[in-house]
Order: sequence, then structure tokens, then C-alpha cells
Amino acid sequence: MATQSSTKSGGWRKDEGAIAWLFTSPALILLLLFVVLPFVMAFIYAFTDQRLVPGPNPTKFVALRNFTRLLADKRFLRALLNNFTFVGVVVPIQTTLALLLAVLINQKLKFVNIFRTIYFSPVAITMVVVSVVWAFLYESSPNGTINRFMNIITFGLLGPQDWLGNPKLAFPAIMLLSIWQGVGFQMVIFLAGLQEIPFSLYEAAQIDGANRIQQFFNVTLPQLRNTTIFVVLSTTILAFQLYSQVEVLTRGGPQNTTQTMIFYTKVMGFEQGKIGYASAITVIFFVIVLGISLIQRTVLSEERSVD
Amino acid sequence: MRSSLKWQKRVATTLGYIALAALGFFFLFPTIAMMVLSLQADEVQIAKDMGSIFMFIPRSISLQNYQDVFSRVDFGRAFFNSIFVVTSIILVGLVVNSLIAYSLARMQWKGRNLVLSFVVALMIIPFEAIAVPLLKVTNSFGWLNSYHVQIIPFVADAFSIFLFYQFFIGLPKDLEEAALVDGAGRFRMYWQIIVPLSRPVFATVAILQFIFKWGMLLWPLMVTRGPEFMPLPLAMNTLYGQAPFWWGDRFAFATLMTLPTLGVFLAFQKWFVQSVATSGVKG
Repeated sequence: MATQSSTKSGGWRKDEGAIAWLFTSPALILLLLFVVLPFVMAFIYAFTDQRLVPGPNPTKFVALRNFTRLLADKRFLRALLNNFTFVGVVVPIQTTLALLLAVLINQKLKFVNIFRTIYFSPVAITMVVVSVVWAFLYESSPNGTINRFMNIITFGLLGPQDWLGNPKLAFPAIMLLSIWQGVGFQMVIFLAGLQEIPFSLYEAAQIDGANRIQQFFNVTLPQLRNTTIFVVLSTTILAFQLYSQVEVLTRGGPQNTTQTMIFYTKVMGFEQGKIGYASAITVIFFVIVLGISLIQRTVLSEERSVD
Repeated sequence: MRSSLKWQKRVATTLGYIALAALGFFFLFPTIAMMVLSLQADEVQIAKDMGSIFMFIPRSISLQNYQDVFSRVDFGRAFFNSIFVVTSIILVGLVVNSLIAYSLARMQWKGRNLVLSFVVALMIIPFEAIAVPLLKVTNSFGWLNSYHVQIIPFVADAFSIFLFYQFFIGLPKDLEEAALVDGAGRFRMYWQIIVPLSRPVFATVAILQFIFKWGMLLWPLMVTRGPEFMPLPLAMNTLYGQAPFWWGDRFAFATLMTLPTLGVFLAFQKWFVQSVATSGVKG
């Protein structure tokens, strides 16, 4: 219908090429130069020994050498493992917590908007500041906030820990502050999803005698299916982008236990100037993200075709 | 019977508030501690107080740490750099991205569908996947250590274009058709009809770009040298990233860096929440 009405008025039908390209080209040129070009270059550099600052020897094609070296590079493998661990731990916890918060906030209670603001507020604080504040909370002295707290709730059993310096604790510590900072964002997305569920579904469930918990599992959760898929997959992609917290708090240490793919890309590409090697990591990173995005699109479009 | 139901309801409400408040404390206490301790000039006292109630109740109110922030480091410079870079990205981005989206949503031209699917495909590429090759590209333009190296690569944004596009195709065409009869050109239609009708999506795109760009660390770390062009997050990391940790000074810097964004957030809260919710319709 919409296209028909536009053909009727005559003027629309003709090719508006000139003016359209005037509107289109600024963004298009910028995208080509600063997204497509570097993206294509990553795939080219990945098969060369390209350096950031050109050395005396010309850049050579090295076939798969960067990739075979990566497979034997313990720091890279640790980074890969860490990113997947982060996904495996943070994504389920953060998604569940975000849903829980959204359900709490969605109640018809007074002052609930104040709590929404509070839960969302870490999103408005930049990750660097969040990291610095949590570095303080994680202080290793017996007086440290989290040390004190743990000591009290374990009735003195747990002594002071060096949260960011202990190879076993540093990565979990980073996970905790990441959840703290990011969960408000997902909560808001869930909240929007909750508010779209038709109230009649709950009324029908009540007539059938379903209690609040049954309503949650039989109405809320199935209705939130698409929102949940979106939240899970976008959180997964964010988890692979893990960088700022590591840069501020541990710089990949202790003993590489907080190494991540993006941090390692920066170390190799920027600090050591090995653009070729870093680009190979970039390519692997992109393939993983692409895989997740494709899963997202397939799952969501299946849902639509069922409708 | 009825009174017991009422009683049950009251218990449930109370439990709900307890849960809300406990979680509220969890999300609020680090920020409060940061602000309160930024007023404590005595580092030894901070070390004593860090696990106690005095994280939240100031023992003394001193602006010494704030004076330090302004005298020892150039906070003003970093603040200006951040504001300038992020504002430029947002403002130029709003124009450039909405223009292409308008031509994709409304005009008939060869290659339109191709460009549209191209933009949709680009949404998959996260910045982190191109950061290192982009460094090499901007390096070869001779762009290092400047404002434009922090601005120009981020102006065009596929996701922003997509949000504009979705909004524009949902707008009724009547007004533009009337304008066409009046002999208006495309630019006038865009400026006088589309832009005023599309304030919500302009606000959404601006807010999302603000959330994502204000905290950028990786890119400025690679492309700036020294304090001249350094934005706030990098300044914070460079100046206070190493021991010894003077918590009072760090917190004063962090508070100064946070207050403007927190203020903007509180003032435009409703918009923030709506914008984030819109980002969820992406799939």
C-alpha cells in the first residue's frame, strides 16, 4: 500500500539518484574508509609479517604462519580460554540477575522508579572509574572492604586475600565488577520485554489457578523468549570484547590469568608493533563474533516464521 | 480469612522492599564510597576506614584532594578533550547517519538495496575487531595524536543508521507528499518535516553513542601521546594507574569525571532507559 500511494503522486517515482547519493555518500565514504578498509586489511595483514612501524625488511606474505604460531602461543590460548570462561560464568549470572531485577522493578510498588535508577546508575559510570573504585574495594589489607566483609560473613574463617594479585582470584574479581557494571543495561531491556506481555495472559493464568511462580514459568518466561535470546547473545559478544577492566586492574596478570583476546591484540599490535600477528587474533575474534551473530539471527528468524 | 490475606500481602510487600533495598545498596555503595572518600584528605585515615561505616559517612570534609587534582594534573584539559571528542562524534554523527538513513528509507535510487544490506552487515563488526588495523590505517594517514583521529573514524555508525532507518520507515508519508506538491526539495523535507518529527530517535542515537563513546579507553590509548589530546578515561588510567595509590586523589578525579555524566543521566533518565530498551529491538 505504502509504495502504491507514493507512485500515485508522480514525483516520487523518478530516480532521485543525484540527491540520494548526496545524502548517502558522507556516511558511506566514512564507513568504507574506517570500517571496511581496516576490516579487509585485517584479513590481509593476518597472512603477512606486517609491522606497525615499517622495518628495514619489506613486509612478506607468510601464509598461515601467524595462525600456527597462535595455536602454540600459551598467552593467546589462555586469553581464548578466559574469554570463554567469562562467557560461561558471567552470561548466565548476569542474564538471570537482570531478569530478576526487571521482575522486581516491574512490580506495582511505590518508589520502584528510584530503584530502577539506582540499579541502572553503574551503566552511566565509565568502566575506568568502576575499575578504580573496585580496585579500592578489593584492597588486599585486612582492612580492605571486601576482605572485611568476607571475614565477617565467614565468622573469621577467611583471612585477607589479595583479590587482584592472586592468580586464582583475579579473574573472578574482574567478573564480579563486570556484572555489577553491566547488569542494569540488560535489566532495562528485560523491563521493556516484560511490559509488552499482554495482561490478559496473566488473567487467563489466574483463572486457571496458577500462582505467581507458575505464572512466571508458564507466561513470563515463554513470552520473554526473544528478549532473552537477544540479551544472552549480546552479552556474549560484549564478553568477548572484555578489555578496559583488565587494562586498569591487572594488565593481563597475574601470570596471564586475566589475559583476554582484545588485551592481547593490543599488546601484540600496539605495544610490540606486530600488526600481522595481532590481525590474526582479530580475525579469529571476528569469526567467533560472527558465529554468535549468525546463531542469533537464525534462532530469531525461526521464531518469526513459526509465528 | 480476609485479614490473613491482607496480612500475607503486607508481608510480601515488605519482603519486596527489603529485596529492592538490599540490591539498591549493592549497586550504590561503591559510588557513595568513592564520593565520600574523595573528601578525606588523610590517606592514613582512608586506609583505616576502608572496611568500616566511615566509607559512607564523611569524618571530615576537605577539598584538598580536589585541589590536588587541579594543581598536579590538568584535569580541565582532559575534561575538555573528552567533551569535545564525544560531542563532535555525536553531533556530526546525527547529521551524517540520519541523512543516509533518510535516503535509504524514502528515496528511489539504484544501489539502494545493496547499500542497505551493506549497512546491516556492518553492524556485526565490533570496533575491537578492527582496532589494530585501523591504527595502521590512521597511522598511514599521519593522523596520530590529534582530535580528528579520535573523532572521524567514529562518526558514521551502522547501528545508528539502522535505528534512524527503522524510525523513518515508520513515519507517515503524507506530510512529505504535501510538501512535494508545494515544490519542496528533499533537503527541505528532511530538515523541516523529518527532523522535527524524529526527535525521539535523535535522542536515542545521541544517548547510546554517549554511553558507548564516553568511556572509550583502547583507542585513545593507542592514538594519543601525552596529555594534550588525552580524554578522561585514559588520563585517569595513566595518572592514577600505578602505585602508590593515593585513593583520595583518585576518587576526587573519578568523582569529577562521574558527576557530569551522572547529572546528565539523572536529568534525562527516562530517555536513557528508553534508548537502551530500543537497542534491544535490534535482532
